[in-house]
Amino acid sequence: MRTTSSTLTLANWWDHFLARWGVNRSGHRVEPGLYALGDPTPDSPVLVTANYTLSFDALRSALRNTDAYLLVLDTEGINVWCAAGKGTFGTEELGHRIEATELAGIVRHRELILPQLGAPGVNAHEVQRGSGFSVKYGPVRAADLEAYLAAGEAAPEMRRVRFGLLDRVLLMPVELVHVFWPTMGVALLLWLAAGGLFAAGLVSAVAAGVVLFPILLPWIPTRDFTSKGFVLGGTVCTPFALTLLPWKQGGLAWIGPAWAGAFLLMALPVAGFLALNFTGSTPFTSRTGVRREIQKYTRPMAAMLGGGMILLIALIVIGLVSER
Amino acid sequence: MMSSVSAANTLEYDPERCVNCGLCSAVCPHGVFAEGHRAAEVVKAEACMECGACQLNCPSGAIRVESGVGCAYALMRAALKGKKEGGCDCGGDNTCC
Repeated sequence: MRTTSSTLTLANWWDHFLARWGVNRSGHRVEPGLYALGDPTPDSPVLVTANYTLSFDALRSALRNTDAYLLVLDTEGINVWCAAGKGTFGTEELGHRIEATELAGIVRHRELILPQLGAPGVNAHEVQRGSGFSVKYGPVRAADLEAYLAAGEAAPEMRRVRFGLLDRVLLMPVELVHVFWPTMGVALLLWLAAGGLFAAGLVSAVAAGVVLFPILLPWIPTRDFTSKGFVLGGTVCTPFALTLLPWKQGGLAWIGPAWAGAFLLMALPVAGFLALNFTGSTPFTSRTGVRREIQKYTRPMAAMLGGGMILLIALIVIGLVSER
Repeated sequence: MMSSVSAANTLEYDPERCVNCGLCSAVCPHGVFAEGHRAAEVVKAEACMECGACQLNCPSGAIRVESGVGCAYALMRAALKGKKEGGCDCGGDNTCC
């Protein structure tokens, strides 16, 4: 059996930082197995978690005044909630881990405390039948564990998942990392072909979808994520469109509005698409709802983007011709 | 009889089969179920995110839900690759969770 403590070191914090930025995404792992935290006795509680460092560290650092056993399942470096969705934080792995660690010979009681968000992967009744250990679902957040252990039950607010500002902001870096290089590539192309203003406008649309969207999510009007992305993208992009509006080329009066139109047709679906993609990061969207939203918006967004690109190419050609 | 509880999701519940063990209200992170007098009650049907925890932990088969992840990225990728909507495939270098 390994030992651990509730103290997080500088190396732990650095590891968390790298995980948040998506560096070596699946490499933030702890060894699966049984850990002694503090000085546990055969009557100490057994708490189950995933072998993702952020999960394991959240658990142990929340137990400053508790001696306990930590049973770490092999979830391949994935957090409890996502691993439960995949089934790796699941009935089978739990049963296997109970046997492999010979837990029954180490503790006198027959009770396991699981994080509530592990429940989509675990059938409590089946675990009991298979191993003799009864499953108790603890609170959603490790921070509530000591209060839960003291009370012996979870208060209703401990059972609710929250998605507060900090939770949302912590997800931003990994989203940023994903879009950074593609955005820079497209922006460079646009800068060369259509000018710096157009390119800067597109970067703003991406920033609206990836940075502003998570921050402002609860306050953006409309229900669907995609339309929220349109609202936010539209707000951010309007100044760029207004600047493009008075452009003149070869004395053509409509050319400015056409540039503004091409820009908005391309920028809005970008913001909308990024907003739609954020559904996977939230803890409250259902597959039924997301599927409905994809069906509703995919074609209009593709049409807008395609139309905007055709218009842009036409405008670039007109510009080249009129310069001659 | 199983009956749908909201148009927004696939959750179905049959209170006749409920043995009132209380697990569904313990596992639901959105307070969809609440412990009732004789059977669990659905109190916030529209909040269901189809994680499937209640169905998996229900000992009497009183709850049914088509569980899956509400992740547009995963659904679109499944559609593009012509795969079944298995769930989020992240874990390698991809993320959606």
